[in-house]
Amino acid sequence: MPLKAGTQKSKQVSSQAASQSVKAPPPKQAKAASKKKDDDDTTEMGDGTEEWMQGKTLFKPSDQLELTEVELKEEITRILTANNPHAPQNIVRYSFKERAYKPISNVDQLAIHFSLDGNMLHKDSDEARRQAAKMGISERTTTTETSTGETEERTEAPASMEEAGEVEEGGRGGDSRKGKSEQKITNQFNFSERASQTLNNPLKERESQTEPPPRANFSASANQWEIYDSYVDDLAKQERNKEKQKAPPTKKEDDKSKKKITSIETQSDDISKVAKSSKIIERMVNQNTFDDIAQDFKYFQDASDEFREQDGTLLPLWKFQYDKAKRLAVTALCWSQTYKDMYAVGHGSYDFTKQSRGMLLFYTLKNSTFPEFIFPTNSGVMCLDIHKVHPYLVAVGFYDGCVAVYNLKEGGVQPAFKSTAKCGKHTDPVWQVKWQKDDMDNNQNFFSVSSDGRVVSWTLVKNELVYTDIIKLSVDGALMDGPEGMQLHTTACGTSFDFHKQTDYLFLVGTEEGKIHKCSKAYSSQFLETYQAHNMAVDAVRWNHFHPKVFISCSSDWTVKIWDHTIKTPMFTFDLNAAVGDVAWAPYSSTVFAAVTTDGKVHVFDLSVNKYEAICEQLVVAKKKTKLTHIEFNPVHPIIIVGDDRGYVTSLKLSPNLRRQPKEKKGQEVPKGPEVEVAKMEKLLNLLREPESLDKK
Amino acid sequence: SFQSEVEETLKRIQSHKGVIGTIVVNAEGIPIRTTLDNSTTVQYAGLLHQLTMKARSTVRDIDPQNDLTFLRVRSKKHEIMVAPDKEYLLIVIQNPSE
Repeated sequence: MPLKAGTQKSKQVSSQAASQSVKAPPPKQAKAASKKKDDDDTTEMGDGTEEWMQGKTLFKPSDQLELTEVELKEEITRILTANNPHAPQNIVRYSFKERAYKPISNVDQLAIHFSLDGNMLHKDSDEARRQAAKMGISERTTTTETSTGETEERTEAPASMEEAGEVEEGGRGGDSRKGKSEQKITNQFNFSERASQTLNNPLKERESQTEPPPRANFSASANQWEIYDSYVDDLAKQERNKEKQKAPPTKKEDDKSKKKITSIETQSDDISKVAKSSKIIERMVNQNTFDDIAQDFKYFQDASDEFREQDGTLLPLWKFQYDKAKRLAVTALCWSQTYKDMYAVGHGSYDFTKQSRGMLLFYTLKNSTFPEFIFPTNSGVMCLDIHKVHPYLVAVGFYDGCVAVYNLKEGGVQPAFKSTAKCGKHTDPVWQVKWQKDDMDNNQNFFSVSSDGRVVSWTLVKNELVYTDIIKLSVDGALMDGPEGMQLHTTACGTSFDFHKQTDYLFLVGTEEGKIHKCSKAYSSQFLETYQAHNMAVDAVRWNHFHPKVFISCSSDWTVKIWDHTIKTPMFTFDLNAAVGDVAWAPYSSTVFAAVTTDGKVHVFDLSVNKYEAICEQLVVAKKKTKLTHIEFNPVHPIIIVGDDRGYVTSLKLSPNLRRQPKEKKGQEVPKGPEVEVAKMEKLLNLLREPESLDKK
Repeated sequence: SFQSEVEETLKRIQSHKGVIGTIVVNAEGIPIRTTLDNSTTVQYAGLLHQLTMKARSTVRDIDPQNDLTFLRVRSKKHEIMVAPDKEYLLIVIQNPSE
């Protein structure tokens, strides 16, 4: 091509230009020169190639640059690169990252000199297929023959596994299908559908039946209380384990005794487990039977008391009796301080000639038909006292001079402690027993007074009853001269005593001669004071619950007297027209007391209401010849129990008039508490103290 | 002695005024001692056992530390009293107005 040759020539010319004239021809010039030379070549024939190689006469074009010799000799190198000379060299683009125009390093150097679009299509492309389809419609008639031939071949050889054959058929099949309109195109190389039916093995069923496992239905409920129960059981188990771990030898004895008790309970027959329920049921049955009495006890307030000015009445409630105690007189009554519905009854006989056995019974108001505890005794019970702190300890004094302590917690009918002839039992009937506060060694102790003139203190030391003579009662001032100049002390017979509520060491003793001695635990030989109280034996002497100075005494000489222990003469004297068996202060008022007489009447007095007469005088027993022997007020409920010589105990409710509290003046605070009672009594006494005269009825 | 005491108590209850019958039922609802005829006993035992269990469950659900002491069902003709125990149930039917 002329261009190429031109360039080559110019190179050669420049390389050879050392000696000869150097040309620095621009391409134009080269072209021009070459053109000219070509022209020369065509015109000249023969040795044309050699000629233009050697130097020949140079022909300067008219527009050739005028250059100096130096400039002409200058060698200019020309480098051949693949860069596109027309490509821009300094394209600048805006870079948003650097917020500036930056030159692009790579510039496209491609120069397209010539482009021509062809019209060939890939046979699988859409356009190609469409065209083929168009072509196919016209060609179908020609190709059907060939395709049927192919299908025949295929069916003839279904089972042949020759790959080549398959491939061919597959290929042909593929082609023929392609030729038909739009069928599913599958993998042309290794797809083939073959189906065959195999022989199915015959099925056999085999069963065997086993014995079913034994079943039981189990159902339980999960309640809050079941969960609680299981926790409690678990806790109990843990505690038991802890106990077992701790000091086993020392505790063994206790455990054994405890176990014995528990084992007895569990070993006994089924029916005894119903014990508690049967007790509850019995009380319920009784409650039903005596429903009206129970209602009265709780709620009845005698409304007619409003119309009676001062008087009150006693409403009979339950009547307690026990078969085996029917012939025995009630010789002692005592309420329990902790269980306010329970009381103890002692049965015996006051008759000197008819001495037989005795009984100790415990009743509760909840069951009036049968006692809770029964203790038969050999000798008649004359007195009893229930411990204030330990309600299961009962001290009992007997007609034969013994004293005993029963423990209700232990089963059995025998007393826990009993005094014997060796250890200081009385020689005459014990008329009163009273528990004292625990002594310094924390042993329980009680006092007893008897007709043999001794006041004895008994202490429960471990398993024994230890006695201490406190005082010997002697007939005051009567020292009789005996036959040989000896002085005989005649001992008085104590019939009752009572300890002061506040000052522990102070106590009063009533004697058979009718005297009351004020004694102190500290002085064993002397009395602090003696009161010429009655003409006959003093049956009861009691300190007032509230007022520290006042006490009351009653006697078979028909009188009841109220004393201030600082004054030798009684403050009040009441004549009740019959021998007075017992007298008791009310626990709710300092001026109310009740007395029972042998004519079967209960007399209730309230000194703040009426200083001279009883505010209630009521016959409480059915049969006329029944003598009332004892009376006791309940500590909380407004009832009294009265025992008679036939062995019955009757309970009576006090009507409101008998329970009068001091009326509060309007506007003032309601005064409450024992101070009020004391003040009430004091007021009464002050009226009497100055003249110091006896108010005889 | 425990046994004799309980026997005595049950005898007393039975001979009390107005008491028609006494039944002792064990934990499964089977009567073990009765003073009534068989069919009545079985009926009372079954029904009251369920009622007592329900009552007890009620009481204990409300406060698990509480427990049923007794149950009284007063009807026109008489009163049925049930005292449940851990293992036994004591039922007494009484006519209180007699």
